[in-house]
Amino acid sequence: MSEKSEHSHKSKKERLPRQPMPEQPPKERIHNFKEVPFGYSPEQALAEASRCLKCKKPGCVPSCPVEVDIPGFISLVAEGKFFEAAAKIRETNSLPAVCGRVCPQEDQCESGCVLGKKWDPVAIGRLERFVADYDRLHGSFQMPPMASPTGKRVAVVGSGPAGLTLAGDLIKKGHEVTIFEALHEPGGVLIYGIPEFRLPKEIVKAEVNYLQKLGVRIETDVVVGKTLTVDELFEEEGYNAVFLGVGAGLPVFMNIPGENLCGVYSANEYLTRSNLMKAYLFPDYDTPIAVGRNVVVLGAGNVAMDSARTALRLGAETVRIVYRRSRAEMPARAEEIHHAEEEGIVFELLTNPVRFLGDDRGWVKAMECVRMELGEPDASGRRRPVPIPGSEFILETDMAIVAIGTTANPLIPSTTSGLETNKWGYIVTDETGRTSKKGVWAGGDIVTGSATVILAMGAGRKAARAIDEYLMSL
Amino acid sequence: MFEILEKKQMAQGTVCMFRLKAPRIARKTRPGQFVILRANERGERIPLTVAETHPEQGWIRIYFQVVGKTTAMLARMAPGEIIQDVIGPLGVPTHVDKVGTVICVGGGLGVAVIYPITRAFFDAGNHVIAIIGARTKELLILEQEMNSVCHELHVTTDDGSYGRHGFVTDVLKELLEQRKDVGMVMGIGPVPMMRFLCKTTQPFGVKTMVSLNPIMVDGTGMCGACRVRVGGQTRFCCVHGPDFDGHQVDFEELSKRLMMYVPQERESYQRFQAEVAGGSSR
Repeated sequence: MSEKSEHSHKSKKERLPRQPMPEQPPKERIHNFKEVPFGYSPEQALAEASRCLKCKKPGCVPSCPVEVDIPGFISLVAEGKFFEAAAKIRETNSLPAVCGRVCPQEDQCESGCVLGKKWDPVAIGRLERFVADYDRLHGSFQMPPMASPTGKRVAVVGSGPAGLTLAGDLIKKGHEVTIFEALHEPGGVLIYGIPEFRLPKEIVKAEVNYLQKLGVRIETDVVVGKTLTVDELFEEEGYNAVFLGVGAGLPVFMNIPGENLCGVYSANEYLTRSNLMKAYLFPDYDTPIAVGRNVVVLGAGNVAMDSARTALRLGAETVRIVYRRSRAEMPARAEEIHHAEEEGIVFELLTNPVRFLGDDRGWVKAMECVRMELGEPDASGRRRPVPIPGSEFILETDMAIVAIGTTANPLIPSTTSGLETNKWGYIVTDETGRTSKKGVWAGGDIVTGSATVILAMGAGRKAARAIDEYLMSL
Repeated sequence: MFEILEKKQMAQGTVCMFRLKAPRIARKTRPGQFVILRANERGERIPLTVAETHPEQGWIRIYFQVVGKTTAMLARMAPGEIIQDVIGPLGVPTHVDKVGTVICVGGGLGVAVIYPITRAFFDAGNHVIAIIGARTKELLILEQEMNSVCHELHVTTDDGSYGRHGFVTDVLKELLEQRKDVGMVMGIGPVPMMRFLCKTTQPFGVKTMVSLNPIMVDGTGMCGACRVRVGGQTRFCCVHGPDFDGHQVDFEELSKRLMMYVPQERESYQRFQAEVAGGSSR
C-alpha cells in the first residue's frame, strides 16, 4: 500500500526516462581496448538518481548479494553528495567501481526495482559506477571506521572478488589480513579474465590499493599448495584462519579431434595473454598472441563474449560465436550480447563443433560442425540440443577459442589434509563457507563452480562474518 | 625480492647461470620442478627448471639458454639486480626410486635439468650412468658437476671436438645392448633429441621418462597453453608434468606447438637487438 501511495505522489518523476549511458560507437571501439561506456556525467547521475521512488520496502536491496544500501546511496547522489554516497556503498561493498561495471544488475538489484514493473528500473549499476568513479577521481582517501586490533591473523588465498571482499570486511573488524596470490598481480579474474574495454585495470588497481591503505597485505607470486601449503599457513606462518577464494580456473576442453592444433586456445589462455600479460600491446610488452583472421569462439557466456570482442580488437576480420543451443539459452548478460552484436560478431546458433582440421604446420584451418535442434529438457532444465544427422558442414577458421567453462583446480585440495571436496572437485562448505577443515573457509567459484563476480563477493562477505565470529571465540 | 646473487656465463655466452635469492622456493623445490620467471614489468612469463637449491641459505640455481628477447635481456642482468617475479616450485617432482641401474641423458641445456635428477637417483642408491652431450666442446656444460653425481659419465660432441664423436643416443644404444640391467632411462634435451632417445630405447622395452618444455603462461593449470598429448590423452605439462613416459608422448604435436610464436619471437628479438645496439636502456 505504502509503495502505491509513493507512486502516485511521485507520478511526475516516473516519466523521466532512464538516463542512457554514452559509449564509444561500435565502429570506433573495435579498433581499441578503451572502455566502451563512458559513464554518467554528474548531471546525468543527478537526473537518474531522482527517478528513485525511495520505497519503504525496497525491492532492490534483497536482490543484492552484498546488501548495498541502495536507496541510501541513491538519495545521497540525488542530493549531490557524491563522496558520501561512495562511503555509503563502501560500507558493504569493497569493489563498487568493479560491480558498477560487471555485475549482472538486470538479474539482481535492478530486477527488484519497483519502477521496473511499469517503466525502466533505476540504473543502479550505472549510478554505482558513477559514484565510485567520481570518488576515485575527485575524492581524497578517508579511513572508514576500523575496529581496534584483535591480534588475530587471517590468510586469504586468491585475490579475486571473493578474497578482496573478505579481506576488506575482516581488516575493518581489526584482524590482520594477508592475501596470497599465485599470479604476479592481484585481482584474480578481474585482472586476467575481464578485458580492459569492459573493466580497465587501473580501476582494479585502485580498488586493491584502497584495501592496502586499510592495511591489507598482499603477497603475489605465492602459489598456495606449492610455495606454501594451507597447513603451513597455520603451523609455520601462524595464521588463525584461512579463506580459500581460488576460483575455478581449470579450462574445460571439448575433447574433440584436433583440439591441440596451434591456434586453438582456451579462453583462459587467450584472455590471460591479452589482459594480464598485455599481449594486445605486443611488441611493447613481450608476451605474444596469435592474430586470427577468421575466428570462432565456442560457447556463449560472458567469457565467450569477452574472447570474441578481444579477437575483433586484435584484428580479426570475422568473429563467430558457435553455440549448440539457441539464443534464448545463451548464458551471457544481455548487455554483453548486445555489445558483441553491435560490433559485428556473428552468432552461429544451434551449431556444435565436431572436430578441428589442421594444415601441415599444425595450425587449425577449419572446423567441422553439425547443426543441432532442441529436444526434451535436460537436468539443467534447458532443452537438450540434439545433432541433426547429415547436417555436418565445414567452417573455415584460423583460430578457435574454447570458452565452454572452467572447473575446479585440484592444487589446493590435493595438498591440504582433511579438506572435503565433492565429485567435481569443488570444496564442500556449509552456508557460511566453513569447510571440513578446522579454521578453513572457502567461497566463490571453488565452492559453487563458475558464477559471477558479485556472487563470489557475497560468499566472501558471508565467510567474513563467520570467520570474525570464529576468531573472536578463540 | 628475487635478487641475482651470482651470475656465470658459459657455452660461449649462450648459456647463463643465475643464483637467485628465493627462500620459500628454495625450501620447497624437489628435483624436476621448475619456476616461472618474469624479468620485468613488461616481460613474458617463462618456465625454467631449478638445477639446485640451498634451503638454509635461501637460494636457487637456474640455467637458461639465450634464444630470444627475454633470455637475452636476462643474460644482460648483473648480480645485485632484481628479477621482478619468480613463481614456484611448479610441476610434479621427478619420481625417484631405487630401480637398480638408471641412465640419465642430457643434451645441451638439458644437462642443467638432468643434473638435480641425476643426483637424486644417485642419492637414492641407484647405479647411475650419465650421458651428456653438446654440439661442440665449448657448448658442453656442467661436466664436473655431473661427474660427481654418477658412477659412470659418458660425454659426446656432435663434431667430435671433445669426448666421443657422435650423439648421446649412440652411447645410449651401445649401453642398452651391453647391459641387461637398465631399469630406467631419463632423458632431457631439445625435442628432436628426446624424440630420438625414445625411439632408441623403445626396442629394448626400457621405461623412458622425459621432461617436457612446452610454452607456458601461468604454470598452475589455469590456461592450458602447455597441453601435450600423452598416450592419446591431453595433459597439462605444468600440473601433470613436466615428466612423462616418453614412449607415450606425441613429440610431433609438441614440436609444432613450440613453433607457434616463432614469427613474433623473431620480431621481438630483432627489435631488442636493435635497441641494445642503439644504446636504449629498456
